Amino acid sequence: MQNPVKILKNGLLNENPTFVQVIGMCPTLAVTTGAVNAVGMGLSVTAVLTCSNLFISLIRKFVPDEIRIPSFIVVIATFVTIVQLVLKAFIPTLDSALGLFIPLIVVNCLILARAEAFASKNDPISSVFDGIGMGLGFTVALTCIGIVREFLGTGAVFGITVLPEAFPKTITMILPPGAFFTLAFLMIAVNKIRSSRAKA
Amino acid sequence: MRLIAIIVTAIFINNYVMSQFLGICPFLGVSKKVETAAGMGVAVIFVMALASAASWLAYNFILVPLGLEYLYNIAFILIIASLVQFVEMFIKKSSPSLYQALGVFLPLITTNCAVLGVAVSNMQAGYNFIEAVVNGVGGAAGFAMAIILFAGIRERIARNKILPAVSGFPIALISAGLMSIAFLGFSGISLM
Repeated sequence: MQNPVKILKNGLLNENPTFVQVIGMCPTLAVTTGAVNAVGMGLSVTAVLTCSNLFISLIRKFVPDEIRIPSFIVVIATFVTIVQLVLKAFIPTLDSALGLFIPLIVVNCLILARAEAFASKNDPISSVFDGIGMGLGFTVALTCIGIVREFLGTGAVFGITVLPEAFPKTITMILPPGAFFTLAFLMIAVNKIRSSRAKA
Repeated sequence: MRLIAIIVTAIFINNYVMSQFLGICPFLGVSKKVETAAGMGVAVIFVMALASAASWLAYNFILVPLGLEYLYNIAFILIIASLVQFVEMFIKKSSPSLYQALGVFLPLITTNCAVLGVAVSNMQAGYNFIEAVVNGVGGAAGFAMAIILFAGIRERIARNKILPAVSGFPIALISAGLMSIAFLGFSGISLM
């Protein structure tokens, strides 16, 4: 088993799925109109990723190599359906806000990428930590984007108004173009920090 | 008339890439050259037309009669994965030249969320068979148009000097954002 702290840190920072690996972009751009939705999406993905990593790691020795991708997809789709039904039953507002993007967690490349690159090669406990680390890295990135877009677009953070009513709001930020711009500028910031760290 | 409205809505007003954020991964990943972008676009049109048809048939003739609607997600992704595999084998046997052109793109399409997205949204919108297929083709055509235009922009960008921190994904995202603003112009139109 590998050092769990190292695995968690790897997912949160060194190989952050959004800013460094640039995978799982569709939900990243689509559901970050507000911080609450972003956190909901991030945690749903974390739940699916942790469960699927655990399960795939457990079955990794029985699945023939040729059919591993379809088998992984079925495992992932099962957990996505579970998460979707749970959300529908207990947090219906979040379910309707995320809409189409809940079933689409199945094709989030982040989950299949971790199954292929980590869970199918490592023991179950390390895989669970990898799922949690990567999932939280994804959640943090989504939340950052969500906070920026919600603040600039509506003057609120987590649904609580912080800017005075008279302050001009940039509606574009909560429309599709704002998603591209916010992610672009956050990425520039991350690149800057990384390159200045590499020099130091 | 309704079919024309569905096509125009799918291509321009609800463009999958620019206003619904479906298929962003291939949109950013396979858009460095116009030629490969066009190949990807054609492959997606082909697969999405078939996937809309197959998933509609499976939903209405298998899942609904058995009362298993809640399994739609698992069913659709399996259909799409096997369909892509089948299309790949079929093209390889029947038309080697087409396989040369589309071959490398086909496996990637399984994880293109626009394909699963069109299957799920056809189901949620309650389209009939023809409407579902037309919506699939229209959505895919919108995807193809967006990725080809975007590849053209990126080819131009590649010839310029760009700050190291901005080059690569950030500048691509900024260009995509500007394109998306252009597509916002369609957003007020309602045909349905």
